[in-house]
Amino acid sequence: MNPILTLESVSANYGPFNAIFDVSFSVNPGEAVALLGANGVGKTSVARVASGLITPSSGKTIVDGVDITGARPHRFVQAGVAHAVEGRSVFASLTVEENLRLSFQRVFGRSGVPTAIEKAFSEFPALERRRDQLAGKLSGGEQRMLSLARVLVEAPKLLIADELSLGLAPVIVKKIYDQLARLRANGTALLIVEQQVGHALKLCERAIILEHGRIVWAGPSNQATERLAMRFTEK
Amino acid sequence: MLFASSVAEDFLRGILQGLPPGAVYGLIAVGFVLAYKTSGVFNLAFGAQAYISAALFFHARNEWQWNVVVAFTFAVFLVAPAIGLILERLIFRHLPPGSALAKLVIAIGLSVALPHLFELLIGFEPVGGRTPEGLLPNGGGVFYDPFGVYPLSRNELTALVVAVIATALLTALFRFSAIGLQMRAAVESPRMTELNGIRADRVAAFSWALSSTFAGLAGVLMAPRFNTLAAPDYFNLIIVAITAAAFGRLMSLPRALVGGFGLGILIAQVDTFLPRFSANNSWVKAIEDNVTPAMPFIALFLLVAFWPPLRANKDQVDPLSGVDPPPQLPVAVVRTRFMTNLTHSVGVGFLSVVGFVVMTRADKSWVFLVTQAAIISLILLSITVLTGLGGMISLSQGSFAAIGAFTVFQLADRTGMSTVLAAVIGALVAAAVSGLLAIPLVRLGGMWVPIATLAFASFFDAVVVKLPFVGGGDKALIEGTRIPRPVIGPWNLTNDKTFLVFVVLILIVVSAGVIAIRSGTLGRSLAALRGSEVASQSIGVSPVRPRVIAFVISGFIAGLGGALLGMQQENVNYAGNFTPYATLFWLVLVVTLGSRTVEGAIQGGVGFSLFDRIIFRGDLFGWILRDPDRVPGFFPVSAKWRFVLFGLSTIGFAKHPEGLVESGKRKSHERMERRRARREARKSLEGASS
Repeated sequence: MNPILTLESVSANYGPFNAIFDVSFSVNPGEAVALLGANGVGKTSVARVASGLITPSSGKTIVDGVDITGARPHRFVQAGVAHAVEGRSVFASLTVEENLRLSFQRVFGRSGVPTAIEKAFSEFPALERRRDQLAGKLSGGEQRMLSLARVLVEAPKLLIADELSLGLAPVIVKKIYDQLARLRANGTALLIVEQQVGHALKLCERAIILEHGRIVWAGPSNQATERLAMRFTEK
Repeated sequence: MLFASSVAEDFLRGILQGLPPGAVYGLIAVGFVLAYKTSGVFNLAFGAQAYISAALFFHARNEWQWNVVVAFTFAVFLVAPAIGLILERLIFRHLPPGSALAKLVIAIGLSVALPHLFELLIGFEPVGGRTPEGLLPNGGGVFYDPFGVYPLSRNELTALVVAVIATALLTALFRFSAIGLQMRAAVESPRMTELNGIRADRVAAFSWALSSTFAGLAGVLMAPRFNTLAAPDYFNLIIVAITAAAFGRLMSLPRALVGGFGLGILIAQVDTFLPRFSANNSWVKAIEDNVTPAMPFIALFLLVAFWPPLRANKDQVDPLSGVDPPPQLPVAVVRTRFMTNLTHSVGVGFLSVVGFVVMTRADKSWVFLVTQAAIISLILLSITVLTGLGGMISLSQGSFAAIGAFTVFQLADRTGMSTVLAAVIGALVAAAVSGLLAIPLVRLGGMWVPIATLAFASFFDAVVVKLPFVGGGDKALIEGTRIPRPVIGPWNLTNDKTFLVFVVLILIVVSAGVIAIRSGTLGRSLAALRGSEVASQSIGVSPVRPRVIAFVISGFIAGLGGALLGMQQENVNYAGNFTPYATLFWLVLVVTLGSRTVEGAIQGGVGFSLFDRIIFRGDLFGWILRDPDRVPGFFPVSAKWRFVLFGLSTIGFAKHPEGLVESGKRKSHERMERRRARREARKSLEGASS
C-alpha cells in the first residue's frame, strides 16, 4: 500500500529566505505522525508544502502514489489531503453556516449539504447556536472547531493540523484532541504540527523533530520526549 | 388648494424626473458593488470599462453599420467579459488578496489607460454633439407619460427595467448558487478557498467576466444620457455611483440600486424645491447653479467621513498572507556606501550636463517643457510625502494645486501683491485646506481616503471653482485667470531661463525637505503607522497627528507647485491642469516610477512633460540618427500612448510595489555589486598567489 503522503528531499523558501532544507518523510494510511520543534524551525513550512500552499524549490511531493509537486492546493484536497492551517482558518466574512456550505457543496453536492451541516452541528452544538453569525466574530476555540467540523464530516485521507492548540484553553485543547482521536479511529491519517508536545505525542505513534529547517531525528513517539529533553539539557 | 395640488404635482414630477438618472446611478452602483464583492477591487476603472462597451456599440452601429443585436452582443457579451478576463489573468491574479490599496492604484491606472488604448485601437474619437443612440429603435424619440406630469423616453424606460431585473438576477445568484458563495470566499482568501478543494483562479476569472459584462451593459444603457460619448463623463459617474453604493455599505446589491434611485430622486427634488435667492449676489448664485450636480459628492464625503457603519467595513486580512514572501527593502537602505556615492555622482553629473545644455542650447519651447517638468516634479513630491511616506492615497492633489494657483491669481488681481509672496500664501491656504480635510479622514481605513478625497476634488471642480472669489466667475471667462510673473530685485522672472533657475532652486529645497522628513521623526512615525497602526499606538505613536501633518505638508507642496505652474503659463488654466480626471495621471506616474523616492517624483515630472516631445515625436531618434529626415515613418506617435504606457505600467505595481525605477535600480545595483565582488575576489586571489 502506498504511503498517503511522501516528501522527497524537499527544500522551500519565501523569496530570498530559505525555510526548509532536504526534508524527507512519509505518512502511511491511518498513521499519526507528530512534527515537533521550537519556534521558527520550519514546521509550518513543511505543513504548507504538504498541502500545496508552497511549491518546493526542489524535491517531490507525492500524494497517494501520485507525484503532484507544484500542483495547486485544490488538487491536494481532491487527492484527499486536508489542511487545518495555523491561526484563523475560517472565512471571516462568511457566516458559520456558509463556511460549512462552502466545503460541503463540493463533496456532497447540492442536495447533500443540509444533512452534512446538521451532522456537523450535532458534533459541535456550540456552532449551531451561532450558525448565522460571521465566522470572524467567533472565539478562537470556536473557529478551530468550525475548521475541524468541516473535515470531520467529510473525513479526508490525511489531515494536516497546524498548531491546533495555539492560544486555546486546556479544556478546549483536550476537546479538540478527542475529536482528532475519533477521526483517527475512523481511518484518517494525521500529521500533527505542535509546539506543545504532550497531547501530540499521546496521539501519535511516530514523531519527527525539526531544527533549523532540517529533520534531526525521527522515531517512535515514546522516545521523542527523551530526545527533546536532551536538546534542552545539553545547552 | 391649488397651491397644495401644485406642490404634489411638482413632487411627483420630481420623482419621475429622478428615476432615469437614478436607474443609471443604480446600474453603475450595482456593478461597482458586484466588482468589489467578487474581486475585492475598488474598481475605479469600472467607468472606463463601461465607456469602452458603449463606444464600441456606438462605433459598430454608426461606422460599421452593424445590426443592433450583433453590435450589442459583441460589445456587451463578448468584448466586455474578455476585457475582464484579460485584466484578471494579467494583473489581478498576481496580487495578494487584501492589498486593497494596490488594487485601487492599478484600477486608477487602468481608468487612465483603457479608454485611450481603446480609442487608439479602434480609431474612435469622441465627436461633440453626436448623441449616442439607445438599444431600441427611436429610443430617444418615443415618450410615455402615464401620469401626465413627466414623460419618460423609451431609452430611459429600458435602462430602468434592465436595472431592476439585472439586480434581482444577481441577488438571486448570490443567495442561491454555489458560485456566489465561492466568489465571496475567493475574495477573502484564494488560498483558503483552494484548501476547500475549489479552483480559486476559475472563480476569480468568472467574477471578473461577470462584473465586466455588467459594466458593458451599464455603459451601453446609459450612453443615450450623454450628448457626447467621452471617457471623463463615465469616470465622473463612478463617483456618483460610489455614493449610491455606500448606502448599501458596498455589500448589498439591492440597496445599491435603491441608493441609486434615491440619489436620482433627491437631486431632482432639490432642483425642484430649492428656493431661489437673489440673483444679484454672484457667489450665492454660483452655488445655487452648481450645488445640485455636486450633491452626490457632498453626500459621499459626509457619508465616508461621518457615517460609522461604513468605516466598520475594514479589509479582511487573508489568514494565509504569510505564504507570500516578505517585501524587500528599498535599495537606498541596503546598498553599500560605494554604490551610494556612485549613484549620487552619476546623478549629479547627468543633471549638470542636462542643465548646461538646456541653459545654452535650448530654444523657447524646450525651456518651457523643462520648466514644466520641474514644476510637475514639485507637485508630484506632494504625492511622495503622502503616498510614499504616509501610505495614503489622495486624489485631490489637483485641487490643492489649484487652490495655490487661484490664490495667487486673486491676490495679484485684487491687490497687485508680488506673486512670489502670493505663492507662499497660496501654498499656506492649500496646506490649511488639506489639513482640515485630513482630520476626519485619516482615521478611516486606507481605502476610504482616496474615495473621500476624490469626492472633495469633484466638489471643488463642480462648485468651488465656479465661485467668483476663487475662479474669478464671469470676469475670468472673458479675461482669463491671469498671473503675472514676479520681479525679485535684479531677477526678472519674465525671462524664461531665469524662471527655470528659480523653479529648479525651489525644487532642490523642497526635495531636500522631503528627504529630511523621510529620515526624521515624522517619516519614521508614518512608516510605523504604515506597518501596523495597532503596534504603533502601543509604542505611543498617534495614528492621527503624523498623518494630518503629512497632509498639511503635502498640501503646501502641491499648492506651491500649482502657483508656480500658474506663473509659468501666466494663467491658472484650471481646465487644462487641475481637473480630477486629469490629475489622476499624476498619481499614476508617481506610483509607477517610485513613490518612496525623490527621484521617482522627478522622473514622473520628466515623464509628464518631456516624454511626448522626446520619444513620441521622434526627436530622440532624430538626434541619434543626426538627421530629422531619417526618423522612421511611424513617428510622431499619438500622445495618447503616454497615458496608455504609464497607465498600464501601474500593472508593474503588482510585482514591484516600490516602483519601476526602484526595482530597475535594485537589479542594476545587484549586478554591479556582483561584478565588483568578483573583481575583488580575483584581486585577492592574485595577491595571494604572487
